[in-house]
Amino acid sequence: MSRIGKIARRSFLIGTAAVAGGVAFGVYAARRPAPSPLSPAEGEVALNPFIVIDRAAVTVIVPKAEMGQGVQTTWATLAAEELDMEPADLRIAHGPPGKAYYNRAMGTQMLPVANYRLSNWQENLGAQMAVAGKFLNLQVTGGSTSTADGFDKMRHAGASARETLKEAAARRLGVARSALKTQGGAVVAPDGSRLPYTELAADAAGIDPVTAELRPQNAWRHLGKSQPRHDQAPKATGTAEFSIDVRLEGMKFAALKRNPYQGGAMHGFDASEALDIAGVERVIDLGDGVAVVASNSWSAMRGAEAVRFDWGKGSYPETTEEMFAAFDTAMKGGANSTFLDRGDADTLPNGATEVRADYAVPYLSHAQMEPLCATALYHGDRIEVWSGNQIPIHCRAAAAEEAGLDPEAVTLHTPLMGGGFGRRGYTDFTRYAARLAVRMQGTPVQLLWSREEDMTHGYYRPGAIASFRGAVRDGRAVLLDGRISGQAATPSLVRMLLGFAPPGPDKGHVEGAYDQPYAIPNARISGHVAELDLPVGPWRSVGASVNGFFFDSFLDEMAHAAGADPLTFRLEMMKDEDPGSAAVLEAVREASGWTGRTPDGVGRGVAFCHSFGTPVAEVIEVHRTEAGIRIAKAWIAADPGLALDPGNIEAQLFGGMAYGLSAAVHQQITFADGAAEQQNFYDYDAIRMNTMPEVVDIRILQSGDGIGGIGEPGTPPAAAALANALFDLTGERARRLPLADQFDFVV
Amino acid sequence: MAKLTINGAARSVDLSDEVPLLWALRDGLNMTGTKFGCGVAACGACTVHIDGEAVRSCQVAVGDVWGPVTTIEGIGTPEDLSVLQQAWIDNQVAQCGYCQSGQIMQAAALLAETPRPTDDEIDAAMAGNLCRCGTYPRIRAAIHDAAQKMQEA
Ligand code: FES
Ligand code: FES
Repeated sequence: MSRIGKIARRSFLIGTAAVAGGVAFGVYAARRPAPSPLSPAEGEVALNPFIVIDRAAVTVIVPKAEMGQGVQTTWATLAAEELDMEPADLRIAHGPPGKAYYNRAMGTQMLPVANYRLSNWQENLGAQMAVAGKFLNLQVTGGSTSTADGFDKMRHAGASARETLKEAAARRLGVARSALKTQGGAVVAPDGSRLPYTELAADAAGIDPVTAELRPQNAWRHLGKSQPRHDQAPKATGTAEFSIDVRLEGMKFAALKRNPYQGGAMHGFDASEALDIAGVERVIDLGDGVAVVASNSWSAMRGAEAVRFDWGKGSYPETTEEMFAAFDTAMKGGANSTFLDRGDADTLPNGATEVRADYAVPYLSHAQMEPLCATALYHGDRIEVWSGNQIPIHCRAAAAEEAGLDPEAVTLHTPLMGGGFGRRGYTDFTRYAARLAVRMQGTPVQLLWSREEDMTHGYYRPGAIASFRGAVRDGRAVLLDGRISGQAATPSLVRMLLGFAPPGPDKGHVEGAYDQPYAIPNARISGHVAELDLPVGPWRSVGASVNGFFFDSFLDEMAHAAGADPLTFRLEMMKDEDPGSAAVLEAVREASGWTGRTPDGVGRGVAFCHSFGTPVAEVIEVHRTEAGIRIAKAWIAADPGLALDPGNIEAQLFGGMAYGLSAAVHQQITFADGAAEQQNFYDYDAIRMNTMPEVVDIRILQSGDGIGGIGEPGTPPAAAALANALFDLTGERARRLPLADQFDFVV
Repeated sequence: MAKLTINGAARSVDLSDEVPLLWALRDGLNMTGTKFGCGVAACGACTVHIDGEAVRSCQVAVGDVWGPVTTIEGIGTPEDLSVLQQAWIDNQVAQCGYCQSGQIMQAAALLAETPRPTDDEIDAAMAGNLCRCGTYPRIRAAIHDAAQKMQEA
């Protein structure tokens, strides 16, 4: 049976449950425990466990998707800290879909308040919304929230496990719990003898869980130090299992082919040529596309190309030009949001110099390294699915719907993901695999998207335009009025997650612009949403990936118009508004030895963006060479509040910057005749070894309040820092991405 | 039915000769360490060695394989790591990890030819291997690290 301990802080309960040969420790939501995701073991009910101890091992359960961001190791370290164990001695398992694994931090992010201004009551309100989120099925890895989400929960689970195991030992030995210590995964008796946790686990299941105070930061032994990631050896030896690596007895390989006019109907198809290809066995109608089933993936993909289709058109504009014309129209209409509206943004202040600039960014594909893929096996009364995804509850529901079964009849496995960047927060690849499996009862089948199939179908990062007007006087900005227009990335996601379209103005559409820490007396950001039917969604850093470029590029233009050093210009307006952000900018100035002057043939740009609770500043240096412009060097500074794993944070920062630079230099999805034009990495290139700047220094500041995100905030400043550096080098402003259309880079 | 030597062992693959080596490995032999990223020689995820040379296995029909094949599984195992793989772990290179089999195979071929590569030589050798997580600085560090350890050994 399960047992419940005291309420830890305001919002959750510590609970335990017996499992075969041991005990599980976990956290309940305060209001109402969500149904347990783990199947009952030996007639006992298991709860929403984060730590399971049995005779064999101590296992931490991380209900978060591992997409490369190191979340599993960080969560294990949180538990290890309180358990008095080496993080490497913990086993790590991915949690099954369960409502109890609700994402507490993501609720906070839904508030329409700039992150740097979140006050206590707002954080509490956010936590309440997150508790509600639990009932709304929010087991989501996204919004850079994983570490914040696990920070308290994992440590409380660890502390409770430790004290409860000590209590079990105390009863066995007939001594007071306070006389016992813990070390290296064992309770240590006063005489020095050791009782391993694994031996005490079964006893602990019969004891009401003991709650304990969390250890203060100055007592931490592991947190705050770089931890070796548990997934490094498998990933260096090819033994890590990704979705695409699932292999089952008798498995068939299938390739998906859908309408290039996205959302359009399939009126009919002719599979005869496909069926002539060696290895191709069947072509199965999936309603709005087909799956070609074969003895191997290559034959399946060739077969998919050989099917002749009669496709209906999509219901969005057919060309990029028409889409951007729709943004133009939306910008002239009423605003969807004005989250920032301060002073008088309509009047040019006396004696000020006016600055104007227009910007545009294209649609983008996530182009995660592993193409989309899922595997399924349908048994008639149940279905088993393997899918690397960020939203397991929804994927399970999608598979259940396809199979006409209850969600309980779905077993969902979440293998490692070869990158996600937001794309795996949708259910489509899981749903199609389940739909196909239902047509092949008893035969396991893996459904792969070719790179071309992946790239020519959204959910894309939406394109956008911006029109900025500002004014400078005495070296400072006195007016900033920005209008941003484009498709909104998050509504389709929220509709899918919660079942209804989010009401009210869209915060995600303008984040990265309305929420930046600058004291500009007259300032307004208005968001204008263009409603098109093209599938779009979150892409690493969501709105900030767009607005970080727009907003910061315009600041740079204002600095130039004011005759001010661009870094000092930002700093002066930031230091009273948000000292934490100013410290980050100071840090990158010091790291890069910024003087505001560069020799001939060298350009430097700085950019800043506060996103997902973390301020990040980047300096990029470009060199003119005979082979073209080279992105030579980079410096990064960031303040995630607390740096639980500095080595991993560095990796996320330079990786996030590389992701932003790839898009800034090379990437765009354009449309002609209703279909996406780019197909593969030859026309959708990215930063490579020879074009990646040397990352000279990364400074991680720790202001100590809260835990900001880290998976995404490295991305938004990259494009602006590069564009600003190109201006410094060439005197030409870069107002449209990708930059390779305008500048000759080394390739 | 193609006959191959893979990681020192004779193997036969029950797929037609025109199927690329990548898929013969992955789907015919369940050797999934070698990855699919693009299918068009644009990403390097599928890199293996044929006769010691780094090649894109998505571009070589299994019937055309001209020599013994080495894959990531033949370089070392978690229990018995090669110096290069140990350097990858010591430098905590992988993020999502999906590109890393190809990166390691490319780097192994580089080090076999050029035991102490310069940064320019690393750029030239590794430019065909994409990493969407942007792990390049640590790949570079791991190659230098392995080069040094191999020379000490
Ligand atoms: S899969 Fe062979 S190079 Fe990309
Ligand atoms: S580690 Fe993710 S693609 Fe290279």
